[in-house]
Parts: sequence; structure tokens; C-alpha cells
Amino acid sequence: MLSVLREFVLVDDAQEPGNNLPQIDDPRFGIAAARKSRTIRRTWLDTFDWRLFRAGLTLELLAGRGTTELVLTGRDGAVVATEAVSAVNGSRPIRWPSRLDHLPAGPLRERLAPVVGVRALLPVTKATSVLTELRAVNADEKTIAVLAVERMSVTQPHGVHQHGVHQHGAQPRTRVAVIPLRGYQAQASKVADLLERTPGVAPATQSPFEAALAGADRKPGAYTGKVNVLLTGTMPAALALATVLGSLFDTVEANLAGTIADIDTEFLHDLRVAVRRTRSVLKTAKTVLPAAIVGKYRAEFKWLGEVTTPTRDHDVYLLDLPSMATRLLAATGQELEPFGQYLERQRASAYRQLARDLRSARFTSLSSRWRRDLDQIASTPAKRPLTSPFAARRIARAHRLVLESGAAIQATSPPRALHDLRKLCKELRYLLEVFASLHDPAQQWRAVNELKALQDCLGEFQDTDIQIAELRAFATAMMADRSAPATTLLAMGEIAASLAARQAKARAEFAGRFAAFASPRGQARISALTRA
Amino acid sequence: MKVIAAYNIKGGVGKTATAVNIAYLAASEGYRVLLWDLDPQAAASFLFRVRPKVKGGGKALIAGKRPVDDAIKATDFDNLDLLPADFTYRNLDLHLDGERKPATRLRSLLTPLRREYDLVMLDCPPSISLLSENVLHAADLLLVPLIPTTLSVRTLDQLTEFVAGFGGNQPKILAFFSMLDRRKHLHRQIVDELPATRDDVASAAIPALSAIERMSLQRAPITAVAPRSRAANCYRELWTEAMKSIIA
Repeated sequence: MLSVLREFVLVDDAQEPGNNLPQIDDPRFGIAAARKSRTIRRTWLDTFDWRLFRAGLTLELLAGRGTTELVLTGRDGAVVATEAVSAVNGSRPIRWPSRLDHLPAGPLRERLAPVVGVRALLPVTKATSVLTELRAVNADEKTIAVLAVERMSVTQPHGVHQHGVHQHGAQPRTRVAVIPLRGYQAQASKVADLLERTPGVAPATQSPFEAALAGADRKPGAYTGKVNVLLTGTMPAALALATVLGSLFDTVEANLAGTIADIDTEFLHDLRVAVRRTRSVLKTAKTVLPAAIVGKYRAEFKWLGEVTTPTRDHDVYLLDLPSMATRLLAATGQELEPFGQYLERQRASAYRQLARDLRSARFTSLSSRWRRDLDQIASTPAKRPLTSPFAARRIARAHRLVLESGAAIQATSPPRALHDLRKLCKELRYLLEVFASLHDPAQQWRAVNELKALQDCLGEFQDTDIQIAELRAFATAMMADRSAPATTLLAMGEIAASLAARQAKARAEFAGRFAAFASPRGQARISALTRA
Repeated sequence: MKVIAAYNIKGGVGKTATAVNIAYLAASEGYRVLLWDLDPQAAASFLFRVRPKVKGGGKALIAGKRPVDDAIKATDFDNLDLLPADFTYRNLDLHLDGERKPATRLRSLLTPLRREYDLVMLDCPPSISLLSENVLHAADLLLVPLIPTTLSVRTLDQLTEFVAGFGGNQPKILAFFSMLDRRKHLHRQIVDELPATRDDVASAAIPALSAIERMSLQRAPITAVAPRSRAANCYRELWTEAMKSIIA
């Protein structure tokens, strides 16, 4: 396969669009036409949270001359895998956004699966390119390199709203790639040198993808579900909290369209996490922010959290179902299918209600009033307390509550005690994340890591507990509407048993996990943050 | 990977024109093709506008001091690469003789290219020598251009005997009439009679056409510059027969 030696851009072509082919002023070399120009449509795809970009991968859909192909490349531009996705055998062309299971099975999908996970692939930016192939020839008129001239016009991204998108077009840019023929690298390199010295030609500093992103005014990796604010210890705590709450609502809004369009389950997940963090911050903020505001919005965000719960609960089940099916011993995966279909129907109903709630006047009003009130707090914040001592106090208090609550749990304690401890852990975790920019990153990472291990254990315990209860409710409902054969109920029973085993395992592990967290070393990790 | 050699003991019979056009036709069908110009006269290299020069010469290549891979040049045509000639190839017999297994050295040199190419086309110099033995060891098919004259037929007989008595790999032989001029009585007579006595003569024949001679001016295969010409059609028929022969 031929590989690109060097790439250039023609810097003056915007002024002279007709005269956009490179020239070389040297008698040893010449440029000759090769093939007719052709037009291709380029669409770059990634997940909403830029998983491919973060993994150093670029996925492009190339369409032209009746063929459509997905091309996956690595950081060095080398092709990792390709897959033809033209409609064959009457199959429908892929519609974007698309989940991975809608792509043809093959090496490309296999390579994408661990990176993309449950997320859908959606267009990040689009461009139309006119490709003209020229030949650089030597004095014998032997081709020594192909000059691939690409005039790319970035078209606007459309579809779901994305962070950092500004809808305006960009000037087309001409790129020239020098691709040496085998055995002619040295001569091709001379041609590249000559091109570089030509007025109006500059080395390309961006890949076509980067150029397209810049043309669409998009910043790769702009979206992250993490709390992404920069606080200082000396700023008023009210201002810090307003900033954090504003950022969390950015996340809610960024995921709103994807949730309503039901693109993938992670939109709703990220939205719910932002809502939970908001509620946690509001709980913490009652001594800093006006009580009326805190009271009003705690109720509103509680409502928002609640309306998202049924859909998410079904999502969790449906996402787990394939792995649950593989763990069945007595029953078969096929016997579980009616349960999956039942969940799909219930989920569809829950989702319709969720979409109505997210489009409701109540949500619209919450959104506009919340922004307005946050702006007002940020413009005239209470001068005291300052962020650093406030954060330290809140974290120390949350830490103390976790230690006390955890220490009180015995082997005979009811599940409720572990559930309560999980809530306290979440509050501590959110505080650590919200005030992360005040802490040393290494210390922060160590503290969160140990807490996370405890949370995972508690999460497994509580999630399996809830799932067992829900499974019983599902079985009862399916019996009532006669949608479950006996074999399905037996398979569900097996799943309940498997969940109970997982729950028992998590319960057995709890003491060790908590002991590690509550050890002098573990305590010192959190204390180090509150002292800083 | 299959190996076809355009070979004849006699010179000036159309070996290079055959090698160049068959290589081009195979490449245009999507096969990955390497054409090795073994003739120090470098006619095939000239036709593809490739300088007839191999760093270190034939000696380094045969001795393995310079990998074959490094000497390969892309032609201007998709899927078609060329291993150019070098004037030092005139001493290839000497260089081969200096190797441990002199008769199979060419085959050894081609072995690493198995994954990269579907077809290797050898454009051989006219001779019967150690290089010829190497060609026989390496080739699946000898494509033998035959001018319809009594002496040429005698040469074909000699070649057939040589191959039949050869101890190693015995490639198939596919002879074909080359530079055929139907205005000549002798040409017509041999074309009519020879296939009845031999089963290794192709039905395709390449006429003596000025278009084929003009390839040296255009410096490209006639099958590429005039794909619908009579000459191109004749080479296409020959390629079809050659392909059938190597996959049979």
C-alpha cells in the first residue's frame, strides 16, 4: 500500500479557486495529469463523548462512485480496518447515528467494540472532497510520485446538538499529498522539497479530519461527563458552587437531545449522573446559597431524577441481559427471550413518558429559571465562606459520616444499612469530584480510587438487591398478562439465584473493602485533601 | 504465486513484448505482478521508463547482499512492479555459479516475494545456460515465442528435449506463434502443420504488427496504450491461454 510522504496545503487557493493545482519549477521534474477528478463525501464518526478520538482512532465513512466504505485509522494515519457498507442483497443502508450492532460483522466492528461499547456512532463532521490525481514525473517521464490533490469543503454537522458546534460553513482548502511510488522515495522527496519552496504552498499541519473539525469549528474531546470546572481556594464558595452547578447543567443540556432522540443509553446515564451530582451539591450548599433557592431546586431536581429512573432501570436490565443469558446453567438463552421482549415493551413505554417529561413545560421552566438564578448568584455571591475551607469542612464531614456509618455495620446488619452507607459514599465522592480542581491530582486520584473500590462493592450489593426485587415484580406482571411461558419464568428464577449469589459475594467482601478504606492509610488519603 | 518465463533460446523473437504485455494484462485484472527484466539489454526496463540499474549489480542481488525487495520499482501501472535489468546481468551465470546451490538460486530469491505477488513474469535473455536452468527451476510455465520458420521449430524441439531431460522442476511449455506474417507461404504452412504434431502450441498468435514495434517509441505496453487494437486482442487471447495453463 502506498503511503503519504508529505502533505501540503495551498494557502492562496481561497482567492484563486480555479488555479489550485501545484506547479514545480525544475527541469528535472514535471507534473502530468493522471486520472479524472472524482468527488467523494466524507463523514467522520465518533461517539458523543469522543471515545475513538481519545483512543487515537479515526473512523471515516467514504462515499463515492456507488461505493460506501468505513475506514478506521490509527494515530499514525495507517489503516487499521476497512469495511464496505454499501447496501447489498437489498439490505438497508446504515442510518447514522448507529449502534455498533448495526454495522456489518467483521474485523472493523471487532476493533471498535471495546472502545465504543454501548455508545452509538454519530457524525462528527462532514465534508465533500474533489480528488484530482496528478503524477510527478522525472526526466524520463517516469512517474515517481502520485500527487493526490484534494479540495475539501466542510459541510455542517447536523443531527443531534453537540457541544462546541457553531453552525457556519468554512472555506474550501486544497491539500496536496505526495505519495512516492515504490523505489522512488528519494526523487519524490526532492519533489516534496520543491513543492515546499513554491510560493503559496505550506506544509499541512493538520490531518484531513483535524482540518474538517477546525472548518466546522469543533473541538475534539470537548464533551466529557466529568465535572470540568477550575475553582480556586480563595474564591467565594457561593461563586464556586454556582460555577459547578452551571457546569453540571451544561452536562444535562448536552445530553438532553440524545436522550430524547434515544440515540444510546449513555445519554440518559450521563444526564442522570449530572442530576444526582446537582442534588448532592444542593444538599451541601444549603448554608452558602439562599435557602429558598436550595429548597425549590432540590425538589425540582428530585423530580427530574425520578422521571428518568424507570427508563434507566430497564436499560440496566437490557444491557445486562446478554451476559445474564450466557451464565445460565439449566435454562437456555432462548427461553429468556420473552423476558427480553417484555423488558423492551416496558422500556418503550417508560421512554415515551420520559421524553414527554423532558419536553414538558415544567422542565423548560426549570431550565430557564435555573440558569437565571445561577447567573444571579454568580454575579453577587456572598463573600464568605471561601471555597477552600468550605470544601475541606464538607469533605471532612462527609468522610466522618462514611466512617461512622460503615463502622456500625455488622454481619447481622440489614441491607438498609449498606444502602444508607452507599448514599453517604456517593455524597463524599461527588464532593471530591466537584472540588477536584483544588486538590493535588495524584492525591485526589488515590483518594477517589479507594473510595471507588468500596462503592463498587456497595453498588453490587444494592443493585443486585433491587434487581432481585424487580425480577419478582416483572415475573408477577408477566404472569398476570400471560406473556411468559413457564420456561421463561424458570430462566428468570435462575437469574434471580445468580443475582442472589452475586449479592452474597458482595456482602462477604464488604468488611475487607471497608477495612481498607477506613485504615489509617486510607483515612490519611482523604485527610490529606482536607488539609491542603 | 505463479511464475511465468518468456523464454526462448533464440533472440529477437518477441520475448520482451510478450513479457511486458502479459504482465500488464495480469496486473490490469487485479493480480499483483512483478516483472523481472533478466536481460542485460534492458528492453523491458526501457519500455517502462525505469533506469536499468540495480545497486550493487547482479552480483549483490544473486549473493543476497541486497534484498530483491529493495531493488523493485513501481511502474506507472497499478499492481505492476518491475525488478529492473542491470548491465552486469551479462555475468549472471558467473555470479550464479559462485552460489552454493547455483541452479535453484533464482527460485530462492523469489521465495520471500510469495506473499506480495500473485504472478512473477521473467523476461529472459536468449541463451541456454545456468541462468536457463534457474528459470526452469523457478517457472511454472515457459511462454515460448516462435517465429514460424524451420529453424525456430528446430529450436523449440531442442528446448522441449532440454526440459524433458531436466532433473528438477519441469515447467509446462506453451509455445505460440510470434511475428506471424500470413503473407509468407512458410509462415502459413508452419502455422497450419505444427499444431497437429504438438499439443503445446497455443491457438493464440501474435502477428507482426508495426503497432507492437512502436511500443519502443511510446514506452508502454500496447495493451495499455491501445487496449482495443488487434495486437492487444491477440495478447489478451494469449494471456487467457497462459492463465488456463498455469491454473490447470
